[in-house]
Amino acid sequence: MYIQIKNLHKSFPTRNGQLVVLKDININITQGEYICAVGASGSGKSTLLRQIAGLDHPTSGEVIVDGQLINAPGHDRGMVFQNYTLYPWMSVLENAEFGLKLLGVPKKLRRERASYYLDVVGLSQFSKALPKQLSGGMKQRVEIARALASEPKVLLMDEPFSALDVHTKETMHEFMIDLWQRTNITIFMITHDVEESVFLANRIYALGSRPGTVRKEISINLPDRSASVKRHKIFHDYRDELMELLRQHGKEVS
Amino acid sequence: MNEPPKSIREFIRPRKVNSSVFWQIAEELPPRLNTALIVTSIALPFSLWWAITTFGHIDTKFLPSPAQVATAFIRLWSTGEIQKDTIASLWRVGVGALLVGLFSIPIGVLMGSFASIRALLEPLFGLVRYMPAPAFIPLLILYLGIGEEPKITLIFIGVFFFNSLMVMDTVKFVPKELIESTYILGGTRRSALLQVIFPHVLPGILDACRINLAAAWQLVIVSELIAATEGLGRRISVAGRFLKTDEIFVGLIVIGVIGLSFDLFFQAMIRVSCKWASQKM
Repeated sequence: MYIQIKNLHKSFPTRNGQLVVLKDININITQGEYICAVGASGSGKSTLLRQIAGLDHPTSGEVIVDGQLINAPGHDRGMVFQNYTLYPWMSVLENAEFGLKLLGVPKKLRRERASYYLDVVGLSQFSKALPKQLSGGMKQRVEIARALASEPKVLLMDEPFSALDVHTKETMHEFMIDLWQRTNITIFMITHDVEESVFLANRIYALGSRPGTVRKEISINLPDRSASVKRHKIFHDYRDELMELLRQHGKEVS
Repeated sequence: MNEPPKSIREFIRPRKVNSSVFWQIAEELPPRLNTALIVTSIALPFSLWWAITTFGHIDTKFLPSPAQVATAFIRLWSTGEIQKDTIASLWRVGVGALLVGLFSIPIGVLMGSFASIRALLEPLFGLVRYMPAPAFIPLLILYLGIGEEPKITLIFIGVFFFNSLMVMDTVKFVPKELIESTYILGGTRRSALLQVIFPHVLPGILDACRINLAAAWQLVIVSELIAATEGLGRRISVAGRFLKTDEIFVGLIVIGVIGLSFDLFFQAMIRVSCKWASQKM
């Protein structure tokens, strides 16, 4: 098991006692998988991601990545946030190589890696641009390039495309499939968009809400990963099954 | 909650926002109007001043005319006095501002970044900030004499606490996710502080310095009014004693122009060094 989440509980103290956000989470991920955790708001999916990222500690239970117990953030678990966290005073290239700079990688290798991944995400031409000059989709791609440049073991993604328009989102979906196939990186992505998860993931964890629990684990076997697969009956079946699972507590999901 | 409530149609009055160039909110003025208004801002009071002194019957000891002020300026310039005074005042504000910047910027950044340091220092700073700096003058003269030290210390006391608190506030606005991103990319707290927080808050810091330099400049002049051998404040104080109102005006105008120049200089510096900050991401 590459990533193991064992009996994870997370609760926050509030004025009215403990608020249980995550309960009994058990998730196992093998290397190279593309996993989506889908849930409505209140399912604690962001909290779950933050436990894996090491930005927060579980109340009980463990997160183990590649044999290491997780209790702090690190570049082995790269993260792409929902609201871009590019450094506004740095150019696209400087942003992409910043992780490497923090790790003390020499300049030449830094530039090479950052340029390579900017090329992978298709933004080589914008190396010298400032983040404010980019569109939402482009900023997201720079974030991905920056995360990948540091050679993470797993790429964590926090609803990365929810702020994008439909057309850009579709482009990014195709981009992610291509990226995954090219780099074979392990991806753990959380989203509330059911169709997105069916299209991208090879396995989905459906999360219930209040508190967040794993309701079901679904393996996705689609005949292909092109845009046309969305018209397939099998795609619709998966989507309907997930929608039903998530609807069971009366919460709306896209 | 079954029936929809009554319609508000009877309350609807025709009301609209009339288009207006002068009074439009949150829009840029056409450049020519903008320039015209800026020029008027200086030209109108000046014209009034000139008109009153030319056509009114006012004792020139009360209100000197622009011509008299200009003559006084030329006189003070030719004797080298105004230059000596200006340099003396500039030197004092320079040293004072430098000391303030040297201490208040790092301390303000630390206060903004670490809640622990903030809790330790903010109450004290908040208290001293409200003590008016000129009230310290008798103490400063007692402790430090009447040389340069009390004047520079006065500037320090008057500006340091304000600047630290303003710098602290800009640091609090660094988005938490930016810091978290830095940790995820492999950064330590130290690199988050030096390579992320500092560049992010630089425009805010420069702006705080711009604002506080105005206060520092005023304090220099105030300190000179009390005890000095040269300086623009001293010039005004001496002129006042001999009722040379034209020289007082010269002093005031020079002080004002220098202050404005500082301000414009800082604005230009911010624009040039922090191009990314003109629009938020």
